[in-house]
Amino acid sequence: MSSLVKCPHCGLRPREEFTIRGEVPTPRPAAGADESVWFDHVYLRDNPRGQHREYWHHSGGCRRWLVLDRNTVTHETGDVVDASTLKSEGRA
Amino acid sequence: MTSFRIDGGTLIDRDDVREFTFNGERLRGFGGDTVASALLANGRQLVGRSFKYHRPRGILTAGAAEPNALLTIGRDGRRDPNTRATMAELFDGLEARSQNCWPNVDFDIGAMNGLLGPLLGAGFYYKTFMWPAAFWEKVYEPLIRKAAGLGRASYDPDPGSYEKCWAHCDVLVIGAGPAGLAAALTAGRAGARVIIADEGAQLGGGMLAEGGMIGNKPADAVLADMVGELHALPNVEVKKRTTVFGAYDDQVFAAVEQVQKHLSDAAINPDRAMERLWRIVAKQVILATGAEERPIVFGGNDRPGVMTAGAMRTYLNAFGVAPGKQVALFANNNQAYQTAMDLEARGIEVAAIIDPRKCPDIDYGGKARLIAGAMVRDTAGRKAIKSIAVRHDDGRDEMIAVDALAVSGGYSPIVHLACHRGARPVWSDEHVGFMPPENCDGMVPAGAVAGKAGIASCFVAGATAAVSVLNALGLNAAPAGLPDTQTADDIAQGTVAIWSVPSSKGKAFVDYQNDVTAGDINLAMREGYDHVELAKRYTTNGMATDQGKTSNVNAIGILAQNKGVSPGAIGTTTFRPFYTPVSFGALVGASKGFEFQPVRKSPLHGWAERNGAKFVETGLWYRSSWFPKDGETFWRDSVDREVMNVRENVGICDVSTLGKIEIFGADAAEFLNRVYCNAFLKLPVGKARYGIMLREDGLVYDDGTTSCLAENHYFMTTTTALAAGVLTHLEFCAQVLWPDLDVRLASATDQWAQMAIAGPRARDVLAKIIDDDISNDAFPFLAARDVSMFGGRLTGRLFRISFSGELAYEIAVPAGYGESVADAIMVAGKEFDIAPYGTEALGVMRIEKGHVTHAEINGTVTPADLGMGRMVSAKKDDFIGRVMNMREGLVDPMRPALVGIKPKSLADKFATGSHILKIGDEVSLANDQGYVTSMCYSPNLGHAIGLALVKGGPERYGEEVVIWNGLAGTSITGILCNPAFVDPENEKLHA
Ligand SMILES: [Zn+2]
Repeated sequence: MSSLVKCPHCGLRPREEFTIRGEVPTPRPAAGADESVWFDHVYLRDNPRGQHREYWHHSGGCRRWLVLDRNTVTHETGDVVDASTLKSEGRA
Repeated sequence: MTSFRIDGGTLIDRDDVREFTFNGERLRGFGGDTVASALLANGRQLVGRSFKYHRPRGILTAGAAEPNALLTIGRDGRRDPNTRATMAELFDGLEARSQNCWPNVDFDIGAMNGLLGPLLGAGFYYKTFMWPAAFWEKVYEPLIRKAAGLGRASYDPDPGSYEKCWAHCDVLVIGAGPAGLAAALTAGRAGARVIIADEGAQLGGGMLAEGGMIGNKPADAVLADMVGELHALPNVEVKKRTTVFGAYDDQVFAAVEQVQKHLSDAAINPDRAMERLWRIVAKQVILATGAEERPIVFGGNDRPGVMTAGAMRTYLNAFGVAPGKQVALFANNNQAYQTAMDLEARGIEVAAIIDPRKCPDIDYGGKARLIAGAMVRDTAGRKAIKSIAVRHDDGRDEMIAVDALAVSGGYSPIVHLACHRGARPVWSDEHVGFMPPENCDGMVPAGAVAGKAGIASCFVAGATAAVSVLNALGLNAAPAGLPDTQTADDIAQGTVAIWSVPSSKGKAFVDYQNDVTAGDINLAMREGYDHVELAKRYTTNGMATDQGKTSNVNAIGILAQNKGVSPGAIGTTTFRPFYTPVSFGALVGASKGFEFQPVRKSPLHGWAERNGAKFVETGLWYRSSWFPKDGETFWRDSVDREVMNVRENVGICDVSTLGKIEIFGADAAEFLNRVYCNAFLKLPVGKARYGIMLREDGLVYDDGTTSCLAENHYFMTTTTALAAGVLTHLEFCAQVLWPDLDVRLASATDQWAQMAIAGPRARDVLAKIIDDDISNDAFPFLAARDVSMFGGRLTGRLFRISFSGELAYEIAVPAGYGESVADAIMVAGKEFDIAPYGTEALGVMRIEKGHVTHAEINGTVTPADLGMGRMVSAKKDDFIGRVMNMREGLVDPMRPALVGIKPKSLADKFATGSHILKIGDEVSLANDQGYVTSMCYSPNLGHAIGLALVKGGPERYGEEVVIWNGLAGTSITGILCNPAFVDPENEKLHA
C-alpha cells in the first residue's frame, strides 16, 4: 500500500489522511435500468489481482473524492484524478 | 572480581564515573559505556540464562544483533524488559537484572532442563506436549511459561511521553559507518538536504572499533573530523541513537530515536519525549547498514567468554575492556585477524589462532601460534570458558586453556531494509553471504552491506554512491575529499564457509536466543521440514526477538550443506519490519490515557456540568445522560422525574451533538430530493421536514430533519452517530454521482449550540427570550427560521420539531453563546418549573412515542419496516436506493416490522435483545418471530415498554407472545401493540 498518495488538489500526502471506499463499480445505472444492472452496480466487485481502480476520499484534507489506480500485487499507484471527472466519461 | 578495564577506550570518559547495579550488586562504569561494556569491565561474563535449557550465557556481540545479553533495565514504570545490554547506554543509577533465571543467574534450577534435552529438541512443541489434552492447561502451559520466557513487562504506567514526527530529505543515509559518513559528507557538501541516521550513541559504526591509525592520523581523530564537519553543515541533519527499522512504499522509512531513554532519572526532562517515532520521506536513499559478523556453530559455542571477533575488538579499542588474559581466535577469514593483532598490541596474550582454512592467505605478523586446518569442537568451563578443544587437521585433539574466545564465521550484509518490500537477497559465493537484491527499491547499497571490507574501500563506496544519487537528483557532485587512508584497495576477506563444525562435541548452537542447535536443524531435515520456512518454524530458528541476526545464515548454510546445494538454492526467510524491537510507547506516541482519542464536548458542556449532569461517552462525545437532584440516588429516580417534568411542564436538553450540515446552491433542493427517499423539492422557505436517507441497496441509512432557511440554503441535521458518515455520503453523491449539480456542503456541527425545549410550557419559556411572534399560528409545527432574541442582541435558528412528542422547539445559537443562552432559558423557565433532561430521558420519551433511532435503523430495515413505507416517494424518478428498495425480498409483507411491546403482567420486565415467539412454540430459530430493539420503563404508563421488529408487524397488534431472553434464561408473556404509547394522535405536537 502506498505510504503517500498524490492528491490532485493537495499534492503528496500521507495515506492516513485518506479513506478508501473500495473498487469503482459499474456506473450508477439510469433510473429506469433493469434490476440486474442495479444489482451489478450495488453488489458486484471484481477484486482483481493487479490493476484496481478505487475510490479514495481525502477525508483528512480537501474532502474531495478521488479515483486512484492501484496495483494490488505491487502496491504501485498510478494516476489519481478527481472523481468528478468519471461522470463526464460515463464511468460513475 | 578483578577489573578488566585497561588503558584506552575512545568512547569512554574516565572522569565521568557512573554507578549501577546488576542483579542488585553495585558496580561502576564510565560515561560512554554500554551496560555490556561496563559488565565486562567488571569481569561479569555470565549475564543470563538461555531460553530453553537455561544454560549460562554471556555477551556475544557489541551491537544490535545481540542474542544473549538481554536484561531488564530500570524499575517501576521505567522498566524495559529484553533490553540488549550491548545497546543500552550506562547511566548513573541504572538498575539491570538478568532474565529467565531462578532463583538467580549463578544458580539456576531450570538448568536441569539440560537433562531433559532430548524432549526439548526441534518440534518439541508439537511432540512432547501432544497428550493428554487436559495436560495443556494445567501442566504443560504453566510449566513452559514459568521455565521459558523473556523479561516481564511492567504493570506500572510508563511516566515518559512519546511523540511522532515526519521528516523530509533529498538523501537519507542509513548507517554512519565509514561508507555512510563519506556518503553524507559528499551529499552535504553538494548542498542536498541530508538526514544521516545511526542506531549508535556515537556516529562511526565500524570505525569506532578501530584502535590504530587511518593514514597518518589516529582513527578517532579522523572520525571526529568527519562528524564535526557533518554537524557544521546546516543542510545535514544528524540523528544519533536512531534506528531506521522499516522500509515502506514511496521511500518512506520508519525510525525510532532514543531521546532520553539513555538518561538517568535526574537528567530526564519530563517535558521532552523519551523516544520519538520518525517517518522519513526520502527522495534518494543510501543503505550503509554494514555487515553482521557470524558466529561459528561448534560444540559449546555458547559458553560465556565466547564472543564475535569484531565485538571483542570493539570492547578493546572503544571501551578499553580486555576480554581476558589468554584469548584464542577461531576464524575462517582474514579480517578477523585484526582482533588478534589489536589484542597483542595491547599486551594481551593470544594463545592460538585456529583457522579451518588449510593455507590461509594471510601474513600474520604477531606472536600467536597459528593452527591452520583446525577447528574448535568443544569448550569447557562451568560459568565461563576455561579451555577449548581443538581438532587438528590430522584428527589429533588438543586442549588449550583460554579465558576468552573470539569467533568469526564471515560477514552477513545487513540487507533487511532492502528486503522489507519483498525483494530477495542474492547469494554470493565470493562474499560467502547474501547480498542486497539487484534492485533495492531505489536504495543504493554502499560499503560493507555491498561486500566491501576495510575503511578505505568503504569511504570510496560511500562517496561514489552519494555522487550517483546526487546526479539522479540533478545535482552536480564530486566525491568528498576523504581522509587519506594509504590503503585504497579492497581487503580480500578470503572467507571459506564452515557452517558447522562436524566434529562438534555437545550442543552446537545456531540460534542462541531460541536455543536451536545444529542437531535440531538436522532433525528437522530428517523429518521432512527442509524448506527454509518450514525449518524455521519447526525449530524456531530466527524467531526470537533478535529475528536471527546472528543465526539465520548459519541455519541456511547447514541446510544447504546437508542437501549438497548452494545456500542460494535454499534462500532466505522473509524479511519484515521491524529491524529491531520497537517499544509500544514509541508506536503509541501521544495516544494514550486521556489523549488516547480526542474528546468532543458540546458547546453546552459547561452548562451541563453546572447543572450536575452525569455524562456518558457516545463515540467521542460526552453527552449529559441525566441530571440528578439532591436525594436522588438511583439513575432512574432522575430519569423518571425528568420525563414527567417534560410531559407536565417543560424541559431543556442539549442536542448539539446532532450532525449539522449547511447545504447551499441553485440545485440544493434537487440534490436533497435525490438523497432522501421522500420528497424535498417543494419544501418552502421557513419549513423543516423529516427525511429518511436510504443506502443504494434500499435499506435505511439515517434520518433527520432538513430545513429550508432561504432560497438555495438548507440546514440538515443527522443522527449523532452518523454525522461524519452522512457528510461523506453527501460529498460522494455531489462530487461523483452528480457533479453537474450546483451544490456545496459544509459541516456545521461544532458551530452551533442547539437545545431542545420540550413540554406544554415550552412556548411560554421561549416567548420570554425570543422577540418574534412564536404563537401556534405564527410559528406552527415544522416551522423553521431565524429569530431575533434578547431584544435584537442575538439571532438564533428556531425549529419547531419534536422528538419527545411534546410541544417542542429546538433553538440553535452560535456555539460561543450556547451556555449563556441555556442559562437564560433556565432563568426564563424557572416560573414554569423547567428542568434539564438528558439522553436517558430523551430515550424514554422517544420510545413512549414510538420514534426510531439506530437501535431500530440497524442496517436491515426499510422505511416500510419502520411503518414509514408511505414516505418513500413513488413519484420521484430517481433517488438513492429507489430501485433496490423495491426488490422482492424488501417488500415481503412478512418481513419483521416495527411494533410496540409491553408485558402482559405489568410488573414484568424484559430486556433489549430478547426474542419474540408465538405462545406455545418451541424455542428455535425457525420459530423466531423477531426481537426487542429498545425498551425502557415508562413513568407515564408505570410499566416496561419496548419497540420490536416482529414478522408481520402492525397486523399483529393485540397478539400475546412470548418474550424470550436466552441469556438470562427467562421468558414472559408480552402483548404486541401500536408503538406510539403516548399521544398516538399527535395532539400535543400541534398544540
Ligand atoms: Zn486533497
